[in-house]
Amino acid sequence: MPTRRRAFLILAALCLLAVASIGLALMVGSLRIAPTEVLAALLGQDSAGVDVVLQLRLPRALAGFACGGLLALAGALMQVLLRNPLADPYVLGISGGAGVGALFAILLGLPVLGVDALAFAGALGAMLLVFGLAHGDGSWTQSRLLLTGVIVAAGCGALVALMLALAPDDRLRGMLFWLMGDLAQAGSAGPSLLALVAALLLAMPFARELNLLARGLMQAQALGVAVNRLRYTIYLLASLATAASVTTAGSIGFVGLVVPHLVRLATGNDQRLLLPASVLAGGSLLVLADTLARTLIAPQQLPVGVLTALIGVPVFLFLLSRQPK
Amino acid sequence: MSAPLLEARGVAVDVGGRRVVEALDMALLGGERLAILGRNGAGKSTLLSTLAGLRPTTAGVVLLAGEDCALMLPREAALRRAWLGQFQSDPFGSTVLETALTGRHPHLGRWDWETGRDGELARSALAAVGLAGMEQRQIHTLSGGERQRLAIATLFAQAAPLYLLDEPLAHLDLNHQMAVLELFAGTARDCGAGVLMVLHDPGLAHRFCDRALLLHGDGRTELGAVDAILTAEKLSELYGYALRQIDDGGRRCFIPE
Repeated sequence: MPTRRRAFLILAALCLLAVASIGLALMVGSLRIAPTEVLAALLGQDSAGVDVVLQLRLPRALAGFACGGLLALAGALMQVLLRNPLADPYVLGISGGAGVGALFAILLGLPVLGVDALAFAGALGAMLLVFGLAHGDGSWTQSRLLLTGVIVAAGCGALVALMLALAPDDRLRGMLFWLMGDLAQAGSAGPSLLALVAALLLAMPFARELNLLARGLMQAQALGVAVNRLRYTIYLLASLATAASVTTAGSIGFVGLVVPHLVRLATGNDQRLLLPASVLAGGSLLVLADTLARTLIAPQQLPVGVLTALIGVPVFLFLLSRQPK
Repeated sequence: MSAPLLEARGVAVDVGGRRVVEALDMALLGGERLAILGRNGAGKSTLLSTLAGLRPTTAGVVLLAGEDCALMLPREAALRRAWLGQFQSDPFGSTVLETALTGRHPHLGRWDWETGRDGELARSALAAVGLAGMEQRQIHTLSGGERQRLAIATLFAQAAPLYLLDEPLAHLDLNHQMAVLELFAGTARDCGAGVLMVLHDPGLAHRFCDRALLLHGDGRTELGAVDAILTAEKLSELYGYALRQIDDGGRRCFIPE
């Protein structure tokens, strides 16, 4: 159990990491901009790269941070809700539903706003479907929830594959990029940042109760947790966080599964620290990955989901091997 | 006299659609120890969790310190009774001290962090079950018996006046079985706690409890002082196996024929 002081120190360090990663994202790219000029642009002074910084890179970096944070938060919540270390934000079919909606919109040739709207509608549809089916007989057990989610996700996967097979060639690339996750399609960062702040603020009051929930339903209830109410709340919260992220940037993999584990390995499993630390670490990881994705073979861009995995896997394996036992 | 710590009025319990307890009336006062005995599947655990307010009764009401536990907030109930389940599992890692500190949850407000006093209570609970010095161990490195004692320490950290224990002796060696029973008997005697425990050894139940409740598994229950209830005749019928009773001083033990 981290002391409150230690928790603040860890969070302060992660805040620095977040600022540094966003700073880096503003500086590098096909046009290099010096730190002083970035600072000048941010302060509203006229400088050389002001348009590039404020119009292009800042919204993208902030949207990336928000999505990474949302995914890591949703992943951490899902892992506790399902008491399963392998759970991630997509395990219950949210991204599958969003994928079906988004690809359908791309297939129809809808503009970006239409793609976003249908993706969000798809995510909500999947969420309600899983909720309704898993709740069916009132039991709402973890294994039933997990099975229902996995089956709905599989159904969505089949629909996605079907649409990919039927899609004309000129739409195929856009569809694939959406599926792999791509921050170039993120419009303004406002909505996703707002969603991130709201989700974290709503989750934090339940953090200590989540510690107990991870130890078992009866155990948590015996210690005074209103278990069912908490589980509904967390399910909705994690699903909406996932939906917000997927709508903004497509289904970026890996962040939601691995960042909570990474933080857990480094700081322990107290949700009061784990949740905010995951948000900061997930956001930073995604910003760094996206910066690499658009600079490695610039001017061409790689899908950011590839980079999150390429960075995350070695870091994760290193931490795992360092762990005693 | 204040209300009993625990009272059951006309409680019925179903397991898998079968009625295992019918119209049970009982009350447990401070300082009293009561054993529940019965065959496997007779509904002991289900009855215990029902009395803890963790699952609804099929009929009747359960009162914790005079109030209907069905109408009580979970946190309120957690301040009035502590419940030891049969299974502990933790898919994520945790230290021994962190686990014991979870017992302090009902005492803390939503935004409170555990204080030094909570830490002290958890440490002394760990010391009471012989786990002193293991505070920083990861729980998955513990043996089954150590895990069980950690669960008991968590209960003491919760510091509720009523203990509902489902097989508290599971996984424990003889030495620790006696230590744990002495500990609960002492808590009942010195702190006026009520203790209700599921036991499988009628000899130990006779030695450490005031009363016993026999569950026959078909709805019938028998409740009474241990001297009257824990006899070879009744227990042979309860377990469906002939037992011989040996009295030695004030103690009693039962040998399978």
